[in-house]
Amino acid sequence: MSDASYPADLRYHHEHDWVRVEGEEAVFGITWFAQDSLGEVVYYDPPEIGAEVAKDGTYGELESVKAVSDIYAPTSGRVIAVNEALEGQPELVNTDPYGEGWLVRVQLSDPSEVDALMDASAYETYLAGLSS
Amino acid sequence: MSTYTSLTDADLDAMLAVIGVSSIDDLFEVVPEGLRLDRPLDLPPGMAEQDVEALLRRLSARNVSTDDEISFLGAGMYDHYVPAIIDSILARSEFLTPYTPYQPEISQGGLQLMFEYQTAISELTALPVSNASLYEGPSAVASAGYLAKIANGRGRLVVSRGVHPHSRETLVTVARGYGMEVVEVPLGEDGVTDAAALADAVDDDTSAVIVQQPNFLGAVEDIAAHAEVARDAGALAVCACDAMTLGILRPPGDAGFDIAVGEGQPLGNRLDFGGPSFGFFAATEKHIRRMPGRIAGETTDVDGRRGWVLTLQTREQHIRREKATHNICTAQVLNALAGVIYLSWLGRRGIVEIGELMLRRADYARRALCELPGVSPLHEAPIAREFAVRLDADVPTVIARCAERGVNPGYALGNDYEEYPDGLLVAITERRSREDIDRLVEVLGAAVAEAAPAGAGVRS
Amino acid sequence: MSSETTNPQQAERATTIFEKSVPGRRAFSPPATDVPETPIEDLLPGHARRAEAPGLPEIAEPEIVRHYNRMSKRNFDLDSGFYPLGSCTMKHNPKLHERLAALPGNARLHPAQRPEAAQGALELMWRLQNALGEVVGLPAVSLQPSAGSHGELAGVLLARAYHEDRGDTGRTRVLTPDTAHGTNPATVTMAGYEVVKVGTSPEGGVDIDDLREKADETIACLMLTNPNTLGLFDPNIEEITSIVDDCGAVSYYDGANLNAIMGVSRPGDMGFDIVHFNLHKSFTQPHGGGGPGAGPIAVSERIAPYLPTPVVVRREEGEPEYDLEFDRPKTIGRLRGFQGNYGVFVRSYAYICSLGAEGLREASEIAVLNANYLLARLKETAGEYLPVAFDRICGHEFVLSGAPMKSALGVRTVDLAKRMLDHGYHPPTVYFPLLVDEALLIEPTETETKETLDGFAEAVGEILAEAAKDPEILLQAPYTTPVRRLDEAAAAREPVVRQA
Repeated sequence: MSDASYPADLRYHHEHDWVRVEGEEAVFGITWFAQDSLGEVVYYDPPEIGAEVAKDGTYGELESVKAVSDIYAPTSGRVIAVNEALEGQPELVNTDPYGEGWLVRVQLSDPSEVDALMDASAYETYLAGLSS
Repeated sequence: MSTYTSLTDADLDAMLAVIGVSSIDDLFEVVPEGLRLDRPLDLPPGMAEQDVEALLRRLSARNVSTDDEISFLGAGMYDHYVPAIIDSILARSEFLTPYTPYQPEISQGGLQLMFEYQTAISELTALPVSNASLYEGPSAVASAGYLAKIANGRGRLVVSRGVHPHSRETLVTVARGYGMEVVEVPLGEDGVTDAAALADAVDDDTSAVIVQQPNFLGAVEDIAAHAEVARDAGALAVCACDAMTLGILRPPGDAGFDIAVGEGQPLGNRLDFGGPSFGFFAATEKHIRRMPGRIAGETTDVDGRRGWVLTLQTREQHIRREKATHNICTAQVLNALAGVIYLSWLGRRGIVEIGELMLRRADYARRALCELPGVSPLHEAPIAREFAVRLDADVPTVIARCAERGVNPGYALGNDYEEYPDGLLVAITERRSREDIDRLVEVLGAAVAEAAPAGAGVRS
Repeated sequence: MSSETTNPQQAERATTIFEKSVPGRRAFSPPATDVPETPIEDLLPGHARRAEAPGLPEIAEPEIVRHYNRMSKRNFDLDSGFYPLGSCTMKHNPKLHERLAALPGNARLHPAQRPEAAQGALELMWRLQNALGEVVGLPAVSLQPSAGSHGELAGVLLARAYHEDRGDTGRTRVLTPDTAHGTNPATVTMAGYEVVKVGTSPEGGVDIDDLREKADETIACLMLTNPNTLGLFDPNIEEITSIVDDCGAVSYYDGANLNAIMGVSRPGDMGFDIVHFNLHKSFTQPHGGGGPGAGPIAVSERIAPYLPTPVVVRREEGEPEYDLEFDRPKTIGRLRGFQGNYGVFVRSYAYICSLGAEGLREASEIAVLNANYLLARLKETAGEYLPVAFDRICGHEFVLSGAPMKSALGVRTVDLAKRMLDHGYHPPTVYFPLLVDEALLIEPTETETKETLDGFAEAVGEILAEAAKDPEILLQAPYTTPVRRLDEAAAAREPVVRQA
C-alpha cells in the first residue's frame, strides 16, 4: 500500500473519486482514502466502452473481499477506454491509485463541470471534516 | 420435561445480582404490558425424553415407508440405497453441529467438503463452476431463472412441460416476484419437448430456455438441440438433470448448456418425506459472479499452507444486500456432504455402472409391463430410469389395489398432467431387482384387470 | 508468541479426495445385473450418451472414512465448545432428535406417498403447524419454505398477492430498518420491490418519525425483527405496526430472533400479519455447516388465502383424516418441491413436545438471562475497550463495539475474533450490524452454563490484556488452528472453486 497522498494536478469529487483532465478527455480513478477504506481490491466491474456517464452518477463497481463500492463519475462524458490491466491485477487500485490504478478514460461532454470539483487542498480539508 | 438448560437456583440468584435486577421478569420490562402473554402458551406440558420418543415412534409407525412395500415411486425423489458410511460420517458432531464457516481457520473441514462437493458436481455436469448447494431441486430451477434475469435483463422464461411440475410451479411463483413471464412449451406425442413449438416460443426477449433431462415422463431428450435454440436467440440454456443418470447421459456442459441444476436427494440422501435434501447449481465460468449461494475457494494461509475460504462473498446478501444475486443464506450443506460422500463411494466407475443397471432394468420393466393387457407405453422415447405407461383403468384405484398387495406401482401422472389421466410413472433404482419388477408386473396386471371398467376393451 | 508454532494438523498438507484417487480402486459393489445385458448403444441414442465417465474419485471405503474423519477434525463445532454466534441461536441439538428423524417411517417415507399411507407424517406436520401458530399468535401456517430467507421470500410474495388481490397495485416499495439482516433487502429485490431504509433511533429502535414519513401508499410491507439485530426489544412496536397498517401495508416479522420471546410475547399480538420461523434457530436443528434448516411462515386470517400450497389439513369427518390441500384458488403457488423439509419438522416437533408450553417460555427466559449476564460480565472484563453499543437490558443477544479497542490498542474486531480461536471459542458474529463500528454480536443461548459464560468473559479480558501488552499477538493470531489467517483477497481475485 502507498502512503496517503492527494496530487495537486487532480480534481476531487466528494464520493472520493478523482479526475485528471487532459484536453477534451479525462481519466477517472478513486482516491487514496477510498482505496484505503475499501481494503484490498479484488475485482473491478468496468462500464462498457461507449457508455455515457453522468456527473455524480455511478459507472462501475469495485469489490474488496467483504465490501462492494459504487464508483461515481466526477464529470459527464462517454467512456473511451477502461483500464484492462485491472482485470488481472485489481490490486493496482491499492498500490497506485493515481497511476496504474486508473479506472476509465472519458470524452468530456461538458469540461466546465470540472470547475465545481474540489482541488487537492479542499479535498483534504473535506477528509479532515469526515474524520472529526 | 427438559429445556436442555443448566440453571440452578444458586446460579439464578448470582446472575441476577451481577446484572443488577431482582427477577427474570425485570428483564422483560421493556415489553409493553399489553403485549406480555398473560397465560401459558396453549400447548401440552413438556414430556420426558422416553415419552417423546414413544409418541414420535407411534406417529412414524403410521407411515408406509419403502421398507414396508416394494416402491416404484419416483417423480423427482428416489429410493436409492444410502451407504452406511454416510450415516457414520454425518453423525460426527464436527459436521453436524457447526454453522456456515464464517471463521475459516476453524472450519477447514467444512470448507474443504464444499470444495470437494463443488468439484464433484462440476465433474458430473461438465460445467466448471458449482456453488455449495441450494435448498432443493425445484427452487434451484427458479434460482436459475433469477440468474438469467440478472445476466441479460430479458423478460421471458421458456420452459418445457417436461420439466418437473413442482419446478415449473415454483418458477411461476418466484418469477411473479422478480417480474418475468413464464411460457410453457408442450410435449409431443413422442414424449419429448415439441421442438417446433420450442423454436416458436423463443424470441429476442427470451431470457432462458429451461428443459429437463430425462424429462418428467422419463423420456430422454435431445438436449443439445434445445441448447442450440437458446443460444441462437441469445438466451441462456438451463438443464434440470437427474444426477444419477449422469454417468451414462451426456452432461449439460457438454451439450451447450450455461446452467445445470437438479435435485440432490438421489445422491446419498434419505427420502425424508421430501426433505431436507439439496439442490445443485453449476454454470459456465462467465456466470461465476452471478451465482447464488455460498462458494468455497482455495487459497493459502500466512505461512503458505493450503486452505479454503468462502469466496466471492460480494455476490451475497450479507454484503450486497438489495443488489445481491440471491437472498439465500442457510443452504443444505450437510445434505451436500452426503452427496459428495456418496459420489466418492460410487466413484468414477460406479456412477456408470449404476446408470447402466438402472437403464437395463427400466427397459426390462417397461417391456414387461407393456405386455400386460390394459397397459401400454405412454411414449416410445428412450428412457434412463423412469418411464410412463397408460392404464386402461382408473389409476388411483389401481395404485390402491397394488398397495394392498405390498407394491407401490408408481406416481399417478393425472395429479399434474390433465392430458394423462391414465398415466402412471414408474421409477427404477438399483434397489428394485428383477424379482421386484416381476412382482410389480404380476400385481399391476391383476389390479388393472380387476379395476378395468366393465366391458372396456382391454388392449393386449 | 512465535508464528512458527505448529501442531500436527498444521504440519500436514491438506489433500482432497480427488487427489487421493487411484485408478482401479473402488468402494461401491454394484448389485448383479439380473436383467438382459442389452448393449447400452441399443437403448440410448448417440446424442444422449456420455462419452467419458465423470472424473469422480476412485477410492476404497476405509480411505473415504479416514479422509472425512480427518477433515472433520479440522472443524470447530457446537458439541465441542461455546459458539456465541449472534443471530444464529447456536443452542444445543438434542441427540434424541437424530434418532427420531432416522426412524424408517420418517427417513424412508417417499414424499409422493399417498396421504392414506403417510398419516403419521401429516399428523406430525399438522401438530407442528398448530404449535408454531400458537407460539406467534397467528392462525394459519405453511411449513413449506426451506430456510429463513426462503420464508422471507414467501412472506413478501404473500404481501404482494394480498395487495394485488384487492386491486391495490400501486405499492412498489418495502420498508426495512437499517439494522436489518442482509436477507431482508435481498428478498425485497427478488420479490420485485424497491427497498426503503428506515433509520434507527438513539435508543436503538425504529426511528418513528422516519417511519411515519416513509409509510405511504407506495409501501407494500415493513420487514422487522423484534428484538432487532441489536438485541433490543422495541417498546414502540405497537405504534410501528399501526403506522404500517394505517398506510395500508402489512407488517412482516423476521423470526430470526424469536428465541428471545417464546411464551413471553407474540408477534401476532404486536400487530404483525406474517412471521417466518427459523426452525434451525429457535427450534433447534443441527446447523450442518450451513444447513439444512426450515423457514415455515405463520400468517393472519387476511393473508391465509394466499399461503403456498400444499397445506396440511385435518378433516373432522371422512378419510383420510390428515391430507394435503392443493385447491386454494388464491395461493401464491409452490416455493419448492413436495411438502418441505420434513426431517427438520420431526426434530422441531420433538423439541416442542419435550419443552411444552412452560419449557419454551423458560428457554427464552434463560436465553435472555444468559445474554444479560454475559453482557454484565463483559462490562467488567472488557468494558473499557468493548463498550456495549446500546446500554439497556438486552434480549437474547447484544452488540459490543470494538471501536475504542481499535483506537486505543491498534487491534480490530477481526483480530480479537482470531485470537478467540486460540482460546477455544467460536467468535461472535463480527462486523454486523453495520450500524455499529467494529461490531461484535453476541448470542450465548439458554443452553450454556454460568461457568461457560464466566470463562468466555474472562478469556476476552485476558485477550485484551495481551493486546495492551503487545498488539502483535492479536494481529498475527490465530496460532493453534489447523491453518492460520488465510488470504481471502487472493481467493477472490483468482477464484479456484474446483479441483483442477
